[in-house]
Amino acid sequence: MGMTMVEKILARATGQKSVRVNDVLEPVVDLAMSHENAAIVINQFQEIYKDTGIEAKVWDPSKITLIFDHRVPAETSKTATNQEKIRKFATQQGILKFHDIRGDGGGICHQILPENGYVRPGYVVVGTDSHTTSHGAMGAFSFGIGGTEMSAVWSLGHALNIEVPGSIKVYVEGEFPAHVYPKDLILHLIGLLTAEGANFKVIEFHGPTIKKMSTSGRLVLCNMSVEAGATSGIVPPDEETLRYLKEEAGVTEKIEMMSPDPDAIYDREIKINVSKLVPQVACPHTVDNVKPIDQVVGIKLNQIVVGSCTNGRLDDLGIVAGILKGKKVAKNVRMIIFPASSRIYREALKKGYLEIFMESGAVVMNPGCGSCLGVHQGALADGDVALATTNRNFKGRMGNPKGEVYLCSPETAAVSAITGVITDPRKGG
Amino acid sequence: MSIVSKVVFKVDDDISTDIIYPGRFMATVLPSETLQYAFADNEAFNKKLNAKQVPPNSIIIGGKNFGCGSSREQAASTLKGHELIIVAKHFARIFLQNSINLGLKMIICPDIDASEGDDIEITDAEVINKTTGKRFAIQPLPKARQAIVDAGGLIPYARKRMLAMHGTRYTVNRINNQKF
Repeated sequence: MGMTMVEKILARATGQKSVRVNDVLEPVVDLAMSHENAAIVINQFQEIYKDTGIEAKVWDPSKITLIFDHRVPAETSKTATNQEKIRKFATQQGILKFHDIRGDGGGICHQILPENGYVRPGYVVVGTDSHTTSHGAMGAFSFGIGGTEMSAVWSLGHALNIEVPGSIKVYVEGEFPAHVYPKDLILHLIGLLTAEGANFKVIEFHGPTIKKMSTSGRLVLCNMSVEAGATSGIVPPDEETLRYLKEEAGVTEKIEMMSPDPDAIYDREIKINVSKLVPQVACPHTVDNVKPIDQVVGIKLNQIVVGSCTNGRLDDLGIVAGILKGKKVAKNVRMIIFPASSRIYREALKKGYLEIFMESGAVVMNPGCGSCLGVHQGALADGDVALATTNRNFKGRMGNPKGEVYLCSPETAAVSAITGVITDPRKGG
Repeated sequence: MSIVSKVVFKVDDDISTDIIYPGRFMATVLPSETLQYAFADNEAFNKKLNAKQVPPNSIIIGGKNFGCGSSREQAASTLKGHELIIVAKHFARIFLQNSINLGLKMIICPDIDASEGDDIEITDAEVINKTTGKRFAIQPLPKARQAIVDAGGLIPYARKRMLAMHGTRYTVNRINNQKF
């Protein structure tokens, strides 16, 4: 009996020939990622060792990565103090994959991991962030955990008591029509599955459309898999994965490949043809409240946000720059752009995108999570409506429960910034 | 085990961790401090909690997918801080695991039907709504997670494992092959 991608990965991580759905395992962790919430992890990690007389040392500093992105630069002295605590911990423990608030190597964790080649096919990756699902785009089993769970990983090097999840196979075929993107595909899929439809399951992406898709697009699919409740999204690694790791992430060592068995057993199989897909918008206040764009055109906007771990990559910024060139953001509309990493920021600068953004009236922020989670940089006023390329539209998400957030692709966001209302990119801005 | 208590708050399906613990308070990490921001955007309920008008073991009734969204552990620690019990149709994965790790009492009860003010008894197997007279079966936690509950949370569980690792050369692969 064949194995799914996640079964294969977990068999490897436990040194077994095969594992099955619902087996309880303690896989070896290949990479453990935390951002500012490492402050919780450090507290709990020290708690494990308390009164034992054993020195609190992480199991393997080379397998831990710490990245500041949620509140950068610090918005309060409290955050700054937390960050300083994490900075000191990284030094003391010898954690070298530490990405501070810097223009030469900082950025959003879910961009830092792929662009530095930290994740490889077949890896088990855990992160104290729900969007850790992103790294399934590299062929890894990558999932979000809480801070206390991470403290156990730091101590033991294993993820404890992991139930092998079942998988949903999503087979995607057809050519994307003009103005329709991987973001529209994943929004459509979340609408189909609902917010709980993939809870405790992995979404495994297959089909010719996925084969042709860039790693940037695959990251969008896996990133938002969690919005259907999925433990992880996974794209079986292929030539594109190798190309990305070698050419863009600069990996020189041999990369091991892994693929699911053709006779693997899936809980459910879904086939999607994207050739007739239209731009999609997730409406307040749940990500599965997805509508085709023609049902929401004309809604008046106060704020546009482009960026985040979902859609803040160079190709996303290129699409937005192509539309904003020579145009102006509508009056009384704020457009805020967050490149996903400092590397992307600098590339966008070289390509002239940032100049286009600023000439159009948009504001370019430093890389970070920014307004996506409503901590700082771009909170909404009471009654404000935002259109964002981010991943969540929950009540209160952009810092104000009296605001509304709609989610869309970068192109839909850009054409709507010009008109000041939700606009169908197929009809131009 | 049996707990007799009251429903103090009822919420819809898909209650996200942004609603339980808004992102703007995420810089607060200590459980002794997170409790002040429970359901911070619901002023009335938050005020009641902070005024200590909600006794320990009071029950929140949740719908499907309770705790979806962000992995922020504060969403579990803030509810634990008020010693609330969450009875929901089912929970989102990360929230469920965080709750177990921190010892927040949560009950998976797929058919639960109760309103604010109802008197509830929770036994090992059932949630009994004493106001309506209806009884609802409890779905047990995954066995692998029950072990962490039995240990009193993940910290004592991990401590035991860490000590074992330091005591002997200790490697773990497959601990068992239980179905649940």
